[in-house]
Amino acid sequence: MKLSKAQYDEIAQFLGHVQPTRQSLRKLKEKFPSQSQSTLLSIFSQEYQKQIKRTHAKHHTAEAAETYYQRYLNGVMKNAAAPVLLELANEVDFAPSLMARIVLERFLQEREQAIPSKTLINSMLRDPSQIPDGVLANQVYQCTVNDCCYGPLVDCIKHAIGHEHEVLLREMLLEKNLSFIAEDQLRAKGYDKTPDFILEVPVAVEGHIIHWIESKASFGDESSHQAYLQDQFWSYWNRFGPGLVIYWYGFIEELDCHRERGILLKDCFPTDIVTLRHSMAQR
Amino acid sequence: MAAVLELLLREEVAVGAVLRWLRQGPGHRPAEVTGLVSLSLLQKDFVPFLLNFLREQTSQILTNGPSTPAKTPNSKAHGSQRTGSERRASLGSFLTATPEALPARRGRRKGGSAVSTSGRQVPRDLGRSLAEEEDGKNDSPSWSGGRRKRSEVPLVSARSPPSQLNLNNLEEFPPMGAASGWTNKPSRRINPTPVSAERPLSKPKTCFTSTPVSQSPAARFSSGSNLEAFSTVQEGNLTSVISSSLQEEREMLKKERYGLSMMVIGLLILNIHLYYLIFSLPENLVPNIFLELFFVLQLLTSKGTSTAEEEEESDLEVNERKKGTLKFLAENERIASFSPTLHERLRQAYESSTAKVSLLLPCSVQSVSFQPETDNRSNFPSDRAFHIFKKQRDIFYELLREWEDNHEKTGWDFERVLGNKIRAMMAHLSATCNHSHFARLFQKQLIQMCKGPVGGGASWGDTPDQDVLNMLGPDNLSRLKRLQERFVVPQSIRGPCPPPSFPGCQQFFRDFILSAGSYQFNQHLVDSLCLKILELDGLTLVEHEHSDGEADMDEQDEKKRFTVVLLSLRLLAKFLGFLVFLPYRTVEQPTRDLQDSAVALRNQTLPVLDVLKLLRQSIRDHRSILTVPWIVEFLSLADHIAPFLDYYRKVFCLLLLMVLSEDKEMSFLNKLLILAVLGWLFQVPSVPEELFFATDVRQEGVMVDTVTSAQALDSVPLVDQQLLYTCCPYLGELRKLLASFVAGSGAKNGGFIRKITPTAAESLAPKTSVTQRKLQVELEQAFFHNQPPSLRRTVEFVAERVGSNCVKHIKATLVAELVQRAEVMLQDKVKEEDANHDKLLEEVCAHLYEEGAQALIKGREFCKKKGPEAVRVLLPEETSAAVLNSAEDIAVELATEKACGWLSANIAALIKREVKATFNRMLKVPGLPLPSEDALELRRDCPPGCQHRAPFPSQIINEIKDVLCVAVGPRDEGEVIDHDWLECLLGRLSQTLRCRKFMCPTSEQQLAKCTVELASLLGESVMIIKSNPTYGLLKLLLSVWKEDFGAPVPVQLMFSRKNIASLTLANKGSLVCIHLLQDFLKELEMLSRVFTSEHRIEEPRTNPRELTRQSLGTVTAQS
Repeated sequence: MKLSKAQYDEIAQFLGHVQPTRQSLRKLKEKFPSQSQSTLLSIFSQEYQKQIKRTHAKHHTAEAAETYYQRYLNGVMKNAAAPVLLELANEVDFAPSLMARIVLERFLQEREQAIPSKTLINSMLRDPSQIPDGVLANQVYQCTVNDCCYGPLVDCIKHAIGHEHEVLLREMLLEKNLSFIAEDQLRAKGYDKTPDFILEVPVAVEGHIIHWIESKASFGDESSHQAYLQDQFWSYWNRFGPGLVIYWYGFIEELDCHRERGILLKDCFPTDIVTLRHSMAQR
Repeated sequence: MAAVLELLLREEVAVGAVLRWLRQGPGHRPAEVTGLVSLSLLQKDFVPFLLNFLREQTSQILTNGPSTPAKTPNSKAHGSQRTGSERRASLGSFLTATPEALPARRGRRKGGSAVSTSGRQVPRDLGRSLAEEEDGKNDSPSWSGGRRKRSEVPLVSARSPPSQLNLNNLEEFPPMGAASGWTNKPSRRINPTPVSAERPLSKPKTCFTSTPVSQSPAARFSSGSNLEAFSTVQEGNLTSVISSSLQEEREMLKKERYGLSMMVIGLLILNIHLYYLIFSLPENLVPNIFLELFFVLQLLTSKGTSTAEEEEESDLEVNERKKGTLKFLAENERIASFSPTLHERLRQAYESSTAKVSLLLPCSVQSVSFQPETDNRSNFPSDRAFHIFKKQRDIFYELLREWEDNHEKTGWDFERVLGNKIRAMMAHLSATCNHSHFARLFQKQLIQMCKGPVGGGASWGDTPDQDVLNMLGPDNLSRLKRLQERFVVPQSIRGPCPPPSFPGCQQFFRDFILSAGSYQFNQHLVDSLCLKILELDGLTLVEHEHSDGEADMDEQDEKKRFTVVLLSLRLLAKFLGFLVFLPYRTVEQPTRDLQDSAVALRNQTLPVLDVLKLLRQSIRDHRSILTVPWIVEFLSLADHIAPFLDYYRKVFCLLLLMVLSEDKEMSFLNKLLILAVLGWLFQVPSVPEELFFATDVRQEGVMVDTVTSAQALDSVPLVDQQLLYTCCPYLGELRKLLASFVAGSGAKNGGFIRKITPTAAESLAPKTSVTQRKLQVELEQAFFHNQPPSLRRTVEFVAERVGSNCVKHIKATLVAELVQRAEVMLQDKVKEEDANHDKLLEEVCAHLYEEGAQALIKGREFCKKKGPEAVRVLLPEETSAAVLNSAEDIAVELATEKACGWLSANIAALIKREVKATFNRMLKVPGLPLPSEDALELRRDCPPGCQHRAPFPSQIINEIKDVLCVAVGPRDEGEVIDHDWLECLLGRLSQTLRCRKFMCPTSEQQLAKCTVELASLLGESVMIIKSNPTYGLLKLLLSVWKEDFGAPVPVQLMFSRKNIASLTLANKGSLVCIHLLQDFLKELEMLSRVFTSEHRIEEPRTNPRELTRQSLGTVTAQS
């Protein structure tokens, strides 16, 4: 679903300062019933991430970590079953998963008398049963489960969504009889940058030649699109020529401004496809 | 000089006689040219003198477009630090022979950039120049005779001030014919229109060689007596060379001759006559034939000769005359025979028609595609180098886009905006020794963007907006295009000899090089350019024996191919020249002293590219039509010293000889192209002007003997009109001039160029004994000898492709298979002995090498199968069976040699490389070895008839997450999990797990984990609320785990420390219901065994029941 910049701004403004909880999400859906749930969730997640990026630094000082850890210790001492970490995160406007990480890191540091490796922390966040303290394990788990923007569970869902849409796209390409080389094949050949699909024979979509298709199971807002352009789309263009990006959860209409130069945006699989010999237009 | 002219003007000598005098050597003295005998020394000097004289004479009447520079030695004298006498002796006589004070025709180009200064100088009155000369500045004895002669007869008697002439003053400008004895003429005068007001926009912007006509404030005609002389010439003894149409012209002119306007016409006609002489000669007496033609046309189309005050009659006459002259020119057969193109252009102009070829090309600018063969990791020494280059590539295009978007904006400065970015990039390249990669990318992008005629369109966004096109529809498309062209194509007339420049996108590449200022990069780029130039220059472009039917098609292809190659070569050579001469570039012409020392210094080093050798070869092999145009581009960027170096001097001399000599075998338009580009080269500022007219040059340049070469190109009509105009856009000036006169539209030229990638077959290594092989080769040659050349091409092509495909095929099948096996072996072993990976790799590879030998057998099979198929498809149906068989055999043989040669040399290395890469990938993914992941994924397919309609895994994970949220808490008031809904969710989970289409390993693992957590929480609630339906859910989960999961389910996590802690927290002391779970635990234990036996599970393997016991113990202890 394409949104105008104005529509998007309205949603973003509503999101302002919300906590990444299922309750907030519910409210958002009630406010914008005409938008699809996935689009809203995607925008929600992006906006929240922007918010976190802005405040990230202040939560990551040694002092802050110490304060959080002490508050956690005091909390569980009083009532280990209470959602101590989660409430702490909400109170200081920080993502629960990230709060869990800070406290876990501090906990391990004290216990091991050394700064724990990132791998170990990540692994414990993914599977809290590895945390050597049962109470902290449950607190951490509560945080990651309740966080709808950060954390291993959310990451996994995003990954799954991405994968599913790639599969969907692949199905559509096969259905349209467009032969392609998929990312894993390209990687095996040693390509340094690989879009999801490279068309073996280029086609024209809405009159524009495309050589590759990238699937994005998210909403294309300004900041994410800029980042993608910089890291991916232009790189693809630099190697393979013009191509198509599908933002399955929609994008801000105004961002589709590089068509002439060779980056096309769509929010669904295109219908107006012209192949080398015949038109597939289904209109 | 002037004396000869005078003889001519006074009708003492016939035009034809002068012509003959010019053509023949000094020894030849025909009776009719007795007057010229004393002047025999000056033959070669006459032409330059004449050219300059004509320009002087006519500078005032030229109002249309830029003026044409005369390219003669004297033109440098003015404003140069050197004087004529300082020059080489061989040139001295001529140099001093011409008036030193004659206007400098050329401004000096400042700096290395294409922007030329407006260093043009106002031409001074010829009369004044001559007068100054008479003051005795010149001391060359060889010239004195000529000078004396000329000064005896004043050519120009008007000694009036050079400007602000009052043309109405009868004393200053006596009526025409006053001295001629034509008495009954009405005294008409011309009030020349100030030319600067006429076409203020037509001032040449970059025509550094131009003489600015428009700067002269007033006309300065010669006196009546002189004009009389001019007029008389027209009735003079014209030789038969001159066409009859001209005779008619003169007759008409004679009848109507009166008035001053006629005087001008007379002048024009005279000029045309004189030029006609020049054109008539088979040898070229002028350095730039097109320049002269441009000049003539300028005369013809000049507009400044009539004024409003003139009687209408006269006006008409003038126009009629001009039109007639134009017609004359257009119909002039001599010109027609000299240049069909030109003739065509003239005719077109006369008929006011416009050309149909569009100048705007579809600008298909794209990036250089990534090619694994040259660009993937194996082409870099280290991961770091590879990744840095990945970034550099993206930065390069980012810069390109930025330039694209902004360079036309005012105030945008390349160096200021991009300079630092470029240098940072260069620093990165240096750090990783990636220059050669970048140079290749740079060069490829250069060719891609700039090989088109106008330096690769001005903008990538040139294609019309799709919406606009849709709106207009296809009918209006052409109209739109024309409209667009009018906006885009510059209408300004740049003059017939613009300086070398970097138009369009070339500008970016030039500025990039300048801003980068990187010696390493430049060196690599030079290497890269040289290699490409040599490769393209050596291409066989033409097959000489066309079998009848295909001749047309082949010729078309050849022309296209030639065009592409030629344009690419010119582009590359221009940049090579730019780079090679860049360090020596100076703003000013160096002084003689500096020049000498620089020459002495630089004579010691070898040139980067041996252009002299290539030029000689090209002449010898009749391939100059390909080589000369790019050498001209290369040399056009020479610095001021270079032409004086021994080496380049030889090159220039050789080129000069090409202009002067007549190559009868050369195809006409080919010759025209060569003359045009050479003519242009001799006008380039850094090329010494005297070169063309110097005698020693002719002696120095040793013409090369030619041989008959199978690769000869010169005699093949390869150049067409379009290519000519593409290579020499300045020729278009002729047309523009005419077009602007006749009121046609702007010039159009250009054409679409197809990119082709030439392929060549490689010669192969011997297999059998030398003599046998020799015989085979001879037989093979003999076989091809009597066959059409296309057969050979086909066979070589097939061999090359099949051989290459064979290697690819072996890589994709045999090698891939071996790598897979290596992977399995490595996986087993890497667990055992983590220590020595290198040794492990070595062992595994050694094991595989033996099997790698199979590659040769398989390769042979492949070639044997594919070769004949391809040959059969490509050769004509009618090819006889025997020929076909032989062709197939040879193709197979060649392909096998190529493929097996490569394979036997490289298979081991290839296997090792691939295995190593896989191994590294394997090590990088800890705990998730790729193959086992694949194995799990492959463990199950969708059930038969699956519609893939199950909910997406992400959806299910999301829903379970929501359940977990509620279960883990904190809960909203009254928030509960509906039992039925949970049951339904588990049902859908089962569906999702069965359909494998959208499932990926991480999704499945997450589902497994989440459901275990769910079970754990359910168990908790079972214990709390003792509800049987919840127990039912647990049973359901158990079956899902058992039946539907492809991945191992970490059931042991149910009893993890965390969950026990949770249980403890939630339910201190309540053990009543634990027995309810007995059955569940039993099954769980079995399931756990199933998973642990099938898959390695990282977790410590504990018996669930044992775990339960432990945890129960904990619970008991705590209660």
